[in-house]
Amino acid sequence: MTRIQSLDSSLSFEKRWVATDMTSPIKAKPRSLGEIFTTFSMLAIQGFGGVFAFIERELVEKKKWMTREEFVEEWSIARTMPGPSALNLCIMVGASHFGWRGALVSLAGMLFLPTLIILTLAVAYAHFGNQSQVVGALRGMGAVAAGMIVATGFKLLSALKVNPLGFKVCAALAVLSFFGIALLHWRLVYVLVVLGGIGYVLAFLKLKDPT
Amino acid sequence: MSEPMTLLMLWTDWFNLFKHFASISIASVGGSLVLLPEIHHFLVAQQAWLTDGQFSASVVIAQASPGPNVMFVALMGWNIGLNAGGYGWAGFSAVLCMIAILLPSSILLFMTARWVQNNSQRRSVRAFKVGLSPVVISMMIAAGWLLATANTESVRDWPLWILAAVATLIVWRTKVHMLLLLAIGAVLGASGLLTAL
Repeated sequence: MTRIQSLDSSLSFEKRWVATDMTSPIKAKPRSLGEIFTTFSMLAIQGFGGVFAFIERELVEKKKWMTREEFVEEWSIARTMPGPSALNLCIMVGASHFGWRGALVSLAGMLFLPTLIILTLAVAYAHFGNQSQVVGALRGMGAVAAGMIVATGFKLLSALKVNPLGFKVCAALAVLSFFGIALLHWRLVYVLVVLGGIGYVLAFLKLKDPT
Repeated sequence: MSEPMTLLMLWTDWFNLFKHFASISIASVGGSLVLLPEIHHFLVAQQAWLTDGQFSASVVIAQASPGPNVMFVALMGWNIGLNAGGYGWAGFSAVLCMIAILLPSSILLFMTARWVQNNSQRRSVRAFKVGLSPVVISMMIAAGWLLATANTESVRDWPLWILAAVATLIVWRTKVHMLLLLAIGAVLGASGLLTAL
């Protein structure tokens, strides 16, 4: 009797532990393809001036499908591979949960509503594009969008705290990349190959083979 | 959009259009905007399927509307279709161009992502992810910087700089909804407040 009771209590302890773990703020999962589609649709139609800032806020801060560190790791692949990096990232997220169906659905979510909106805007722009209010509004939105992207980059910098390369190396690579692209207008491919290559080699030397 | 043109597109032309976008798809390392000179050369200078005005309007509208930047490709396709005969062709052409620009890179990415997922413990894979993170994060900050400075040719545009800086601080430090910030930016811009005297 006591053994059963203790077994029972240990079971319920197990259950409770699992339950708290499931609801913990650390990690969640998309429940269905439909949730993937609506999530990406919603963030795509908000994403003025590039969807990037919205992907980070939605997937990391709100839905918690991934931690900021995981986001940065996935982002290094999405950004390096050919193709639009925001879409690349969404394909990777969709695929990691639901395979090729997830990849297709996330792509469809990212593109369907924006296509309808953009074509509507194109027709409207043909009529009103020359008005100074429209030009001014676009400039204002452009400035805000630029700020959103920079801010998202700042947030992601915090993920570098746990980077095995260490603070100094990370800072040197980041500062060099920024000056090269923003002020010296180096081509992105060269920055990726040269500075990214240095980062890769340093990381490779620092990490150990899995045992 | 500026003055329209009329165009006769044969099925070989549609095929060439598809082939062009599909062939530059894999070359779009570092974002789709790096492809613009290449696309301009082909569509405007070489084939004359688009006018200069239509080309730049496509980029401007895509930047100003929600969704990924690559949507400018759909708009260019749309305009070519309009030139070739009307809304039916425009829709067909927009979808054709988007499939062409996305298919090759997405298939390559999908296969890579699967391999990475199955080999995530390999030293080379982990080194790639952590080694490139500082560079790709920095690239994003630089992209925002370039976007902020793209509209501002001179010091006279200081109000746009301040707006971008304030937006950076708010998004970085608070949870204020970003759509609200965009709306404020649009209203400020439309009212002419962002144009310094």
